[in-house]
Amino acid sequence: MKRRLEISELIFKIISYVLLTVFAICCLYPFLYTISASISGREVVDYNRLVLFPKDIQFDAFSRMFNNNMFWNAYTNTLFLTFYGTIWEVFLSILGAYALSKKRLLFRKGFNFFLVFTMWFSAGLVPQYLNYIATKKVFNAVGIMDDKWLVVIAMGMAAMNIILLRNSFEGVPSEIEEAAIVDGATEMQVLWRVYLPMSKSIIATVTLFFAISRWNGYFWARQMISNGNEHPLMVYIRLRLEQYTDPEQMSAWSEPYSSDSVIYALIVCSIVPILVIYPFIQKYFAKGVNVGGVKE
Amino acid sequence: MQMNVSDYLIFDAESGTYIENPEQAVRDDVEKHHWLNVLRAVIKDWRLYLMLVPMLAVFLLWRYLPMYELLGCFKVTDSVKPVAEQYYSGFSYFRTLIAGSGTLTTEFWRAFRNTFLLSFYGLCFGFPMPIIIALFFNEIRSNIMRSVYQVITYLPKFMSTVVMTSLVMMLVKQGSLTSGMGIISQFLVNIGAVTEDVAFKQGLMNNPSFFRAIYQISGIWETAGYDSIVFFAAIIAISPTSYEAAQIDGAGKLAQMKYVVLPSILSTIVIMLITRIGSLLNVGYEKVLLLYNTNTYVTADVVSTFSQRYGISGTMTGLASAAEMMNNVIGMLLVIGANTIARKASDVSLY
Repeated sequence: MKRRLEISELIFKIISYVLLTVFAICCLYPFLYTISASISGREVVDYNRLVLFPKDIQFDAFSRMFNNNMFWNAYTNTLFLTFYGTIWEVFLSILGAYALSKKRLLFRKGFNFFLVFTMWFSAGLVPQYLNYIATKKVFNAVGIMDDKWLVVIAMGMAAMNIILLRNSFEGVPSEIEEAAIVDGATEMQVLWRVYLPMSKSIIATVTLFFAISRWNGYFWARQMISNGNEHPLMVYIRLRLEQYTDPEQMSAWSEPYSSDSVIYALIVCSIVPILVIYPFIQKYFAKGVNVGGVKE
Repeated sequence: MQMNVSDYLIFDAESGTYIENPEQAVRDDVEKHHWLNVLRAVIKDWRLYLMLVPMLAVFLLWRYLPMYELLGCFKVTDSVKPVAEQYYSGFSYFRTLIAGSGTLTTEFWRAFRNTFLLSFYGLCFGFPMPIIIALFFNEIRSNIMRSVYQVITYLPKFMSTVVMTSLVMMLVKQGSLTSGMGIISQFLVNIGAVTEDVAFKQGLMNNPSFFRAIYQISGIWETAGYDSIVFFAAIIAISPTSYEAAQIDGAGKLAQMKYVVLPSILSTIVIMLITRIGSLLNVGYEKVLLLYNTNTYVTADVVSTFSQRYGISGTMTGLASAAEMMNNVIGMLLVIGANTIARKASDVSLY
């Protein structure tokens, strides 16, 4: 009896390891291939002699990209959008979520519904587009000519993240808040000194979600930013890919790298920041999903 | 407001104790919502309400104001005049889309069908994957090994749609005189899954019959690992004593799966399934927009991309809004319906 149990367990364990390894390799392979392809020589990339490890190593694709001003422009723009966009969203979300977490807030249900409804129904792309165009006109009229501010201020703000924060704030014991108020803390101090330190991990998670969606933002940035020099990295990558057959973008025959390598190098540069911070934050988001996934 | 304890508690002769007076609670509620008292409460707590204002303003200006533009669905739009100055044309756009006879009607129905099919296939193939992966994660006892697998499989979720679609397009690109096809196309040709003609000359991205497969496989690659978090959390919450009890009763691994693990995570599965069904009509426009091209409209065009093509790239804003509004209204009804069912079935509501 005991013997049979062990065998079935062992078989299951082996199957788990094998299939998970296969899946993990599938997940990772495109990234490894991209890195290898960005530093492999021309013939290796063009004629598919590359499987995993780079051959005929060259770094000219990278240096060609680094010498391109458009690339640095795009990178700076993405950093700008991510930095200010995240600050803006986190700031507003924390304030709003704090107010929503208070039982004494009047019309609390109404305000919650106001947020949640946007998760159920959105007006759609075209009405949003017309709305952004109108906003852009207003922004230009008051002297904000840089469309990046439009993207920072008007876009983003996911209701889901605010609800995550609100749920976490609701979990802070009211005794601690009362103690702070007895000690003479103002509303702002209660939020700053009591609520924020007690919800560190959820705030880290939400900040991360906001920052990643800002870093990865593409569609509206492309629609709304009319000046090509203001485009973020994702728009730049896409435009390069769309001009793939454009002779100007191809690498000359004398060059040691394939034109593909330039695009691969571009992709590598765009994912490096995420890869660098990813291991540090990975432990936070599992928690975030568990806390906010289901509200009872 | 004069408070008197006797207003709140009344003597209940039946039980012989004081109970709460329900009438007073109602009176209190009316009192609380009298506009003067509301104003007083707001002024007293003005800091709290001030905190709420910026967030509400953002939602009002850029989430709710676009809904006003939906009036364009019922008006003759020429995109030069603001919506307020255009005159009503009734339901003509809806009629054109649903029951017309031109290409717009056929394209709309094609897009609607594709929207449904893309998410339906996602439900069939994409939904079970995270559950299976979570079951496998549970088998790995070493914490370090499990973390390694988790870090790797969650990773694609954090890549942007642009990076992901660019990679897909590079990996299955067609060949040319000066360069070979993408590495995955090459692999598929080598194992005989596709002919050289299709993969090299035409390119898989330009062949409509491959679009759905590419969409689903890249979708699984992107989200299966990350989506397993919810299920894995449910599995590790199972008490070890349940396994022990099953083992004593002589249950093998498969029997343990069937009688211990699956029943314990069933409520999570049901909730996730219902959410998924609720969002059957919300196909992300960005991914389709980045992956499709004129050659693959037949299988790839969804309602939101249809709307983008005619309303943003084109000038038929009224018609395009009407198309997407129909889709979104049905989508919203599905979400609300799914949420109601979830609440009834498991006492757990999603929002």
